[in-house]
Amino acid sequence: MSLFSQQNKEVFTGPLNLNNPVVAQVLGICSALAVTSQLEPAIVMGLSVTVITAFANVIISLLRKTIPNRIRIIVQLVVVATLVTIVSQVLKAFAYDVSVQLSVYVGLIITNCILMGRLEAFAMMNGPWESFLDGVGSGLGYAWILVVVGFVRELLGSASLFGYEIPVLTDCDFFHNGMMTMPAMALIICGCVIWAHRSINKVD
Amino acid sequence: MEHLLSLFVRSIFVDNMIFAFFLGMCSYLAVSKTVKTAFGLGCAVIFVLCVTVPVDYLLQTQVLGPNCLVEGVDLSFLSFILFIAVIAGMVQLVEMVVERFSPSLYASLGIFLPLIAVNCAIMGASLFMQQRILMDPATSTQAIGGVADALAYALGSGIGWLLAIVALAAIREKMAYTDVPKPLQGLGITFIVVGLMSMAFMCFSGLNI
Repeated sequence: MSLFSQQNKEVFTGPLNLNNPVVAQVLGICSALAVTSQLEPAIVMGLSVTVITAFANVIISLLRKTIPNRIRIIVQLVVVATLVTIVSQVLKAFAYDVSVQLSVYVGLIITNCILMGRLEAFAMMNGPWESFLDGVGSGLGYAWILVVVGFVRELLGSASLFGYEIPVLTDCDFFHNGMMTMPAMALIICGCVIWAHRSINKVD
Repeated sequence: MEHLLSLFVRSIFVDNMIFAFFLGMCSYLAVSKTVKTAFGLGCAVIFVLCVTVPVDYLLQTQVLGPNCLVEGVDLSFLSFILFIAVIAGMVQLVEMVVERFSPSLYASLGIFLPLIAVNCAIMGASLFMQQRILMDPATSTQAIGGVADALAYALGSGIGWLLAIVALAAIREKMAYTDVPKPLQGLGITFIVVGLMSMAFMCFSGLNI
């Protein structure tokens, strides 16, 4: 099978839209809601999850024939925990402000259901290259939901994007809606994203 | 004693796992269809929290912290791996004990028991506990300075989680009879309901304890 066959393309694009991990499969909700009050942490979190899913998928896929079935969950957790430790140390070294904002949610990538779901459902049965594509696809599918929710919340909550204030909007009172930065609105906006996604795709 | 009580009440209402930090959301949404199973899962979460958080506290202060094992060495970066190993091991142990002594409870919890290992609320509580060790108990009601504090925090967080899941399950049982637009049915409306409940819980953030 060639590297960029039709089947591999579907593996990559499926999670971006129809099989989106957040809105269709309901995985990884916890962190998706908690880090989206601003755009920058949302993007960093999305990229971290993408990197970790991709590499965890590759490693588990390479090991899949040697892991005894009974202890596979522990092996998967250890691989994921190692990758998360590396990412967390890298963030602390090169993007300290963002890593403070993300606080415990970087560590919580270990218990992110997207990871365990993809490892169990895909990497245990497929080769390394397909698993890599699947991991990147799932991670980006998760990331774009974070970006949408983060965009709406930062724009309406503090009239800025990436921390830069938007001159036209700062005078308008509506764009300083403190409610938007509260945890409650993350849930409601995410509910609306799911609503839109389902009506567009006509999912039952 | 007063600090224990305020830590306990605070972690139930103000720092609620679901409504303030979105922890354990996946199983929260998946298992909240009936009150009975929701209650069973909530109790299992309380139990696992009460065992793992004090154990992780001891690990953090006796083994991982700066200058604990070897002078001048800070092993905190290993905390993710050790905490998840403790949680996975503890869940396995709880599962075996429940299966041995109460087969009926084991059968009713079914798949949810092993799934607690990947419940973010458990890992999250340990990570928050790790952050709170550094706080000063004199100025902050959130500080955790001993095993008793860790236990009070774990119990409070667990009860808060139980409260949230039972409340949502009760609402969803009633909501089964309502006429919701089709694309919004199921997951969409559940999110919005949780959002509204979270807004109600925001009132507690003014609580001065």
